[in-house]
Amino acid sequence: MATAHARGAARVMLSPAVVLLLLWMIVPLGMTIWFSFQRYGLLSGMPPEWTGLTNYRYFLTDPAFFTSIKNTLTLVGGVLAITVVGGILLALLLDQPFWGQGVVRVLVIAPFFVMPTVSALVWKNMFMNPVNGLFAWVAKLFGAQPFDFLAQAPMFSIILIVAWQWLPFATLILLTALQSLDSEQLEAAEMDGAGWLSRFGHIMLPHLTRAITVVILIQTIFLLSTFAEILVTTNGGPGTATTNLTYLVYAQSLLQFDVGGGAAGGIVAVILANIVAIFLMRMIGKNLEA
Amino acid sequence: MARSVSTRRKTLVTILAWAVAFLIFFPILWTVLTSFKSEGDAIASPPKFLFFDWTVENYVTVQERSDYFKHFWNSVVMSVGSTLAALVLAIPAAWSMAFVPGRRTKDLLMWMLSTKMMPAVGVLVPMYLIFRDTGLLDTRTGLVIVLTLINLPIVVWMLYTYFKEIPAEILEAARMDGASLRSEILYVLTPMAVPGIASTLLLNIILAWNEAFWTLNLTAAKAAPLTAFIASYSSPEGLFYAKLSAASTMAIAPILIMGWFSQKQLVRGLTFGAVK
Repeated sequence: MATAHARGAARVMLSPAVVLLLLWMIVPLGMTIWFSFQRYGLLSGMPPEWTGLTNYRYFLTDPAFFTSIKNTLTLVGGVLAITVVGGILLALLLDQPFWGQGVVRVLVIAPFFVMPTVSALVWKNMFMNPVNGLFAWVAKLFGAQPFDFLAQAPMFSIILIVAWQWLPFATLILLTALQSLDSEQLEAAEMDGAGWLSRFGHIMLPHLTRAITVVILIQTIFLLSTFAEILVTTNGGPGTATTNLTYLVYAQSLLQFDVGGGAAGGIVAVILANIVAIFLMRMIGKNLEA
Repeated sequence: MARSVSTRRKTLVTILAWAVAFLIFFPILWTVLTSFKSEGDAIASPPKFLFFDWTVENYVTVQERSDYFKHFWNSVVMSVGSTLAALVLAIPAAWSMAFVPGRRTKDLLMWMLSTKMMPAVGVLVPMYLIFRDTGLLDTRTGLVIVLTLINLPIVVWMLYTYFKEIPAEILEAARMDGASLRSEILYVLTPMAVPGIASTLLLNIILAWNEAFWTLNLTAAKAAPLTAFIASYSSPEGLFYAKLSAASTMAIAPILIMGWFSQKQLVRGLTFGAVK
């Protein structure tokens, strides 16, 4: 029953948010696209010059690019595997009745609220340091040689740190989804003699599919842009062992001052993220109709 | 008989759940404990868990040496400022979409969401240059602007899902009674939506507080919030565990407490209503 007056007012009230977001979308992205076709060094003192696809050719044929794509996929895939499997197990555990649910929940969620630079530094120094870290002490306790995590298994270490931050997110969402499951359905299945495994496989897992998909998609969006954890632990090294696409673009633009090359890399990153985004948007859009 | 079995089961689950929770929480606990140690105790082998000389000296040193409160204040200004700005923009927008939906409302919502999917690194170069040329580099104003924009879609979405739950009839009744649009939003809608607005506020402050791409790339000494301040401890000269822990504890404590209060809304906010 919206009146014409209300419609007019709605348009007026909608416009500031829409216009600002539109500007935020178009202006910088447009500039990135423009720069990506320019030879433009921040320190060279030369005016930008049109070079066509040269930046893309350089960026896409740079061996570091392939390494960075491989690293990005490893990082995203590794963290997803740990958090989704771990999240399902944890959600199943926390969904059982036990004493102190509130406190346990609070403890489990905590890592999600720790800022990335803090968690990266704490893990790097206080746990993974081969001399003074807690892991080194545990290794010595068992008579093993301390392991220099960030030097010998840099990518694995970063996956571990990032997974620790995201496990609470996956757990929380899967737990929420699990709690919305109709318990009568489970009880009926149990009465009919369905074992735990078949109850999990035939009732719980199908019920969780949607939540798992949401977890995977949202985490992927964030994980593609992992930056702070790499910056403070390894700076993308040793060599390019932990350089992901985001870090590569950062290094190209702000460490090597190659605006054109960095912009081309940025556009590549946007395209990759959009592929994931399309799937996510479809999922959320479907929910909007329901 | 069946009852005793279930008690045993409950005990087992309790032990397991607490053990797992302790493991997950341990890095944070360890950081807090270490922050009260002397530097010697902090790297002692075997590690000292509870029996060491408790001291608050690290907290004092961190403040004296690196002006912790300046960075803390930067974080507060930037997270609260950007959240309030986003709310001012988002409340009217969410009202419009929830109560005066048009044919394109759904597309608009989806489009807003899509701006959130753009990886930050895709616009790093132009943002850096724009900030450099307008003097916004390393200013709190600049950060507030960027953080407002990156979180605006989430704020609109969250508010929209909350507003949707308020029956439109109540607003219509107010309108019938002659309430102007302004008073309808201010005095009828807002009070009813306070819980939703509060949780949106909370979640958004948390997200802004922990944002670690733009804060690291667009600030230096002056406007650096805690994310960037802590990152400066990654240099070798800053390698003092107890002080690093003290700085870390101070950086995460306020947000950890806020986070615990907002955990219920977290799911809804971060999944854009896809999981409730």
